[in-house]
Amino acid sequence: MTGFEEVAGAVLVAGAQIVTVAVGGLLLVGVMRKVRSRLEGRIGPPVRQPLLDLRKLFTKQRMRPEEASWVFVAAPVVLVATAMVVVAISPLATTRPPLGQSADFFAIVFVLLLGSVSLALGALDTGTPFGGMGSSRAMTIGALAEPALLVAILAMSIPAHTSNLPVLVHMGLAHPQMIASPERILALGSFVVIILAESGRLPVDNPNTHLELTMIHEAMVLEYAGPDLGLVTLGESMRLTLLLGLLVNLLVPWGVADRSGAVSFVIGLGALAGKVALAGIAIATFEVFSGKLRLFRVPELLAGGFVLAMLGAVTAMVVR
Amino acid sequence: MNGPAYASTLELMSGVILVCAVVTLWRRSLSAVVKALAVQGFALGAVALILGIRQHDAVLIVVACLVMASKGAVIPTLLGRVVTSSPTGREASPIVNVPASLVGAAALTFLAYGATQPVVALIPTTAGRFVPLGFATLLIGFFSMVVRRKAVSQIVGLLLVDNGIALVAFLATAGVPLLVELGASLDVLLAVVVLRVLAAQMWSEFGVLDLDQLRELRD
Repeated sequence: MTGFEEVAGAVLVAGAQIVTVAVGGLLLVGVMRKVRSRLEGRIGPPVRQPLLDLRKLFTKQRMRPEEASWVFVAAPVVLVATAMVVVAISPLATTRPPLGQSADFFAIVFVLLLGSVSLALGALDTGTPFGGMGSSRAMTIGALAEPALLVAILAMSIPAHTSNLPVLVHMGLAHPQMIASPERILALGSFVVIILAESGRLPVDNPNTHLELTMIHEAMVLEYAGPDLGLVTLGESMRLTLLLGLLVNLLVPWGVADRSGAVSFVIGLGALAGKVALAGIAIATFEVFSGKLRLFRVPELLAGGFVLAMLGAVTAMVVR
Repeated sequence: MNGPAYASTLELMSGVILVCAVVTLWRRSLSAVVKALAVQGFALGAVALILGIRQHDAVLIVVACLVMASKGAVIPTLLGRVVTSSPTGREASPIVNVPASLVGAAALTFLAYGATQPVVALIPTTAGRFVPLGFATLLIGFFSMVVRRKAVSQIVGLLLVDNGIALVAFLATAGVPLLVELGASLDVLLAVVVLRVLAAQMWSEFGVLDLDQLRELRD
């Protein structure tokens, strides 16, 4: 294979993953809303509603607060760009993504964190009380979720001797008994808690409310309108899909393409879509039956996630 | 049972025991705590069962069934009755708050891991590697007895200590003699029955199960 073909293949794989996650992420949000509505006895908006909303937002006029500086303008772009970079190099549909050797779990977490921090800065930029409140809450939760996530990654990395994500997924395929090991299960349990916190789902934040006392994420994006808001929603749905995709690929890696080739890659994309949709439906069902935690009880939940991850790391060390 | 499957099931069950110990600190609802204790009792029985099958030891299998029956079913049922009889079945204000006690549990797990290194080095078997998990359960049980106020929570702490000791005993030795295990199990069962009667008495006399409020003698 010549160098050119290799580069073209890598670009194709990365592009396919980004497009699937971008479109699929919006559809995932639609599916989750639909499931919730149905379980609550409503018909609910059609599944493709988030896509239509996004198209509408992008055709709207660009409106920004007068006081907004470049930080406000850059935040949504940074959010989407970081999500795209991570999606391109993550083992979502194949265990051989382009630049796979740089897809270190720790690096991915920090690139995603860059997106969250830029959004928080963008919300602070205009100086409105809501933006500041939302940012401070989001950063508090982020600061509590981050150590738990890092310890969870440590727990998964110890038995595999690497924190490289494609290798972790590949080892799950090659040695299925590694998935059932307690350290993996504990780490993934804590990963679920962290995903719920980071993507603002129900026990931590209610994505459907605009009640000023409780909202976290909605408070941050209150000042955004038009195409900027479109970028924020796109970035958030991509991040949710990415995190769920990583979770399902670490938990049930079957279906992910383990060798190069167009057919297995397409199968991998299909398997990813199916698994993420199932995970989304599970979360939406859980959300119907659970209420939002008081803000001061959220640290309790995240401390639980942290301890699960810590126990996973200790077990991994005990067994080694 | 072949080598890797034996080791990983044993590891999984020991892990479940430790996680149940942490769940008792995590959850405030006492009925959830009692459920976690029941799961822990079954996991403890499963550890004995796996060891018994592995070593073709009929006595150990009998012990496993006894452990499952007493620690998985009888004791949690007794505790469950105490919980349902009191309307405020929640650990509302523990002495150390929940996030701090969870971090404390993590620290105790590390302590157990570090402190048992010499013990682990003494035991040549695969099972011996999981001894730190038993010690961690024991320490978390002590911790739970110190920081919780409700009578039920303290009984749960005592049972955690007992389960931790039993796990270490199963893993470190090639099975405890039936008589010793029977004695220990009956001892704990008796303690729970006594505490159950005591809790019922407390409830009818004072209307609380909060041990901190029982500071002075009453006529």
